[in-house]
Amino acid sequence: MIAELTQQAAFPKHLLDFQGWNRKHIEDLFETAKLMQEVLSRPVKKVPALTGFTVATVFFENSTRTRLSFELAARRMSADVLSFSAATSSLAKGESYKDTLLTLDAMGIDAYVIRSDAAGMPHQAARWLGKPIINAGDGWRAHPTQALLDAFSLLERLGSLEGKKIAIVGDILHSRVARSGAELLPMLGAEVWLCGPATLLPGGLPNVTMTTHLRQALQDADAVMALRLQRERMDKGLLPSEPEYVAGYQITQERLGWAKPGALLLHPGPMNRDVELEGTLAEAAQSLIERQVANGQAVRMAVLYHLLVGRKGA
Amino acid sequence: MQGEILLKNVRLVDASGERGPADVLIGEGKILALDGGNAQRTLDAGGLILCPGFFDPHAHLREPGQEVKENLETGLTAAARGGYTDVVSMPNTTPPVDQPEVVAALIKKARQIGQARLHPAAALTQGQEGKLLTEAKLLKEAGAVMLTDDGKTNEDAGVLALGLTYAASWGLPVAVHAEDAGLRRGGVMNEGPVSFRLGLPGNPAAAEAARIARDLEILSYVLERPAQDARLHIQHLSTARGLELIRRARARGLPVTAEVAPHHLTLTDERLESLDPVYKVAPPLRTQTDREALIRGLLEGSIDCIGTDHAPHTQAEKEQDLLRAPFGIPSLEVAFPLLYTELCLKQGFPLATLIERFTDGPRRVLGFRPIRLEEGHEASLTLLDPNSERAVDPTHFASKAKFSPWAGWRLSGWPVMTLVEGREVFVHPSLTVGA
Ligand SMILES: [Zn+2]
Repeated sequence: MIAELTQQAAFPKHLLDFQGWNRKHIEDLFETAKLMQEVLSRPVKKVPALTGFTVATVFFENSTRTRLSFELAARRMSADVLSFSAATSSLAKGESYKDTLLTLDAMGIDAYVIRSDAAGMPHQAARWLGKPIINAGDGWRAHPTQALLDAFSLLERLGSLEGKKIAIVGDILHSRVARSGAELLPMLGAEVWLCGPATLLPGGLPNVTMTTHLRQALQDADAVMALRLQRERMDKGLLPSEPEYVAGYQITQERLGWAKPGALLLHPGPMNRDVELEGTLAEAAQSLIERQVANGQAVRMAVLYHLLVGRKGA
Repeated sequence: MQGEILLKNVRLVDASGERGPADVLIGEGKILALDGGNAQRTLDAGGLILCPGFFDPHAHLREPGQEVKENLETGLTAAARGGYTDVVSMPNTTPPVDQPEVVAALIKKARQIGQARLHPAAALTQGQEGKLLTEAKLLKEAGAVMLTDDGKTNEDAGVLALGLTYAASWGLPVAVHAEDAGLRRGGVMNEGPVSFRLGLPGNPAAAEAARIARDLEILSYVLERPAQDARLHIQHLSTARGLELIRRARARGLPVTAEVAPHHLTLTDERLESLDPVYKVAPPLRTQTDREALIRGLLEGSIDCIGTDHAPHTQAEKEQDLLRAPFGIPSLEVAFPLLYTELCLKQGFPLATLIERFTDGPRRVLGFRPIRLEEGHEASLTLLDPNSERAVDPTHFASKAKFSPWAGWRLSGWPVMTLVEGREVFVHPSLTVGA
């Protein structure tokens, strides 16, 4: 397995977003993710690929699900894992997060997984530390491993994304999932539509179509992704109310009928039940929601593998 | 004629254009002659440009209360190195400068430091809270040259109207940070395609334009009342839309002036693609269209002057993420070479006009007499080297803030000597002044 992997294309040093990444990198990464799926299907789900490496998960914003997914991914490849969490608010009180990162770095970390409520924090870390940085979500900006696991899950079912229509629905303005999807999915040939209330749509992202009309977005779609809605947006006056959102943008059985028959349904989680999706749609046969979580681990293993080992021959 | 220093073979450049070469004899704080004479010391200044001393209408020197970022000594030294003989300090310190005693104390301390001269701006409202007016007459007598709540925005239109009306009686211009807080909505960069793509909260151009439109209406209103001397100054203009409003108001004869900062003339919001907080500033870096409009506005004179909006912060503060890092760029030490290189050398902007915007322009805005390069005039002067090129190195700034979006840029036109009333407050080590 290892021998064939080192033949593959030279990878960018970091996964901050998809700047510097191309379709070949993504396809190579997915080949590795398939091998990792095989590892995860064994009774003993562990390989020695990252023995001797130490991966730090540095979460300035809480997210137990994402952190566990990364840590398990690292452990299943026999890496040592150092876990650091601190609210950015406490850092703002005076302790510099540059100092925090440099302190960690002195402990001999080989790669960092960084999550933050602020756009650009992983980029700053990349400037300060000479190690691979994986962005586990920065503010509204990017969540590249989420986009990768979404694309991987779609490919499993659709075979190819070439010419496929994918609609992402909800609060696009504040969604790092939407931004990373809008960056990655067109790279793989998909046609991406972003749809939501006008106050939650940004003024223009490249390579995607933007609409406030749900029917237009869903029409003949091969897949529909609903985004999590945050109540905070209502307090800020961007949405009049939750029922108003549900009336306009909830994905219902009926509205899903506008899409292609059997269109796939995704949600990056965590879900507000009966807000973004109607009733039991999450458990429907066409739902990829559980598959997304399972694939998250295989994809993250592949990312760690490529950034730590795969680029050595480059 | 006997003087202290003789600058031989200098090119004289001021608002009226270029003259020379001349041999400028300086003594008793004045220009004694333009055709030489005897001096204790001589400088062969062949190829160098002599112009009136630069005047910055907008710098944050952080004293009192925020000396960890900057103080009068470091700030005024930075100014002198940047070719400034005069600096207006902003009052958004801790506490805000809103009392005559504080204004007087700052001026006294600045005199002892002996670098660039200090002209404090005082708060328009007590505590910069936007409610009760400060003591304009007493502040003016103590040495304040303008009133402003900069750092904050005047949300209450009625208070701004009262402030403009009252300050007019004492000959003080009122300067405004024109930005609508509601439209800004916590934006950290220009709202537009770049902010949408980066997922950063945006601050729309309309936040500035809407506020300028409102403030111009307030100005017309107070001029109809017994406040004919009211003068409104728009600080750090950043948008083409705002400029257009000012242009039309001036055409109608409204007494409004404006300044533009070096960063808005040389950088755009695309720089934020790097996600580096060094580019975080308020008002934010705008688009290429805005930038080009501002350069035109500066050229035609709809924008009167360059105000650096020098805004130092500590390294640790600026190394936070984009949401938390403070707004501001230190620029006193690079403003002129930056604009000389980027505007004059690269875009053919006339040198005499640029110099006017650094010298007479700001003096006119604040009601100061211009400095003429003539016998008998005050020798507050700046000597520039247009020939040698040098990279910006923030680690060598006199300012406490050792970061810069222009770090590494190769610039010409660096100030090599700054004289305040004949006193050499800055001399670049490369100059050899002979006996
Ligand atoms: Zn301001």
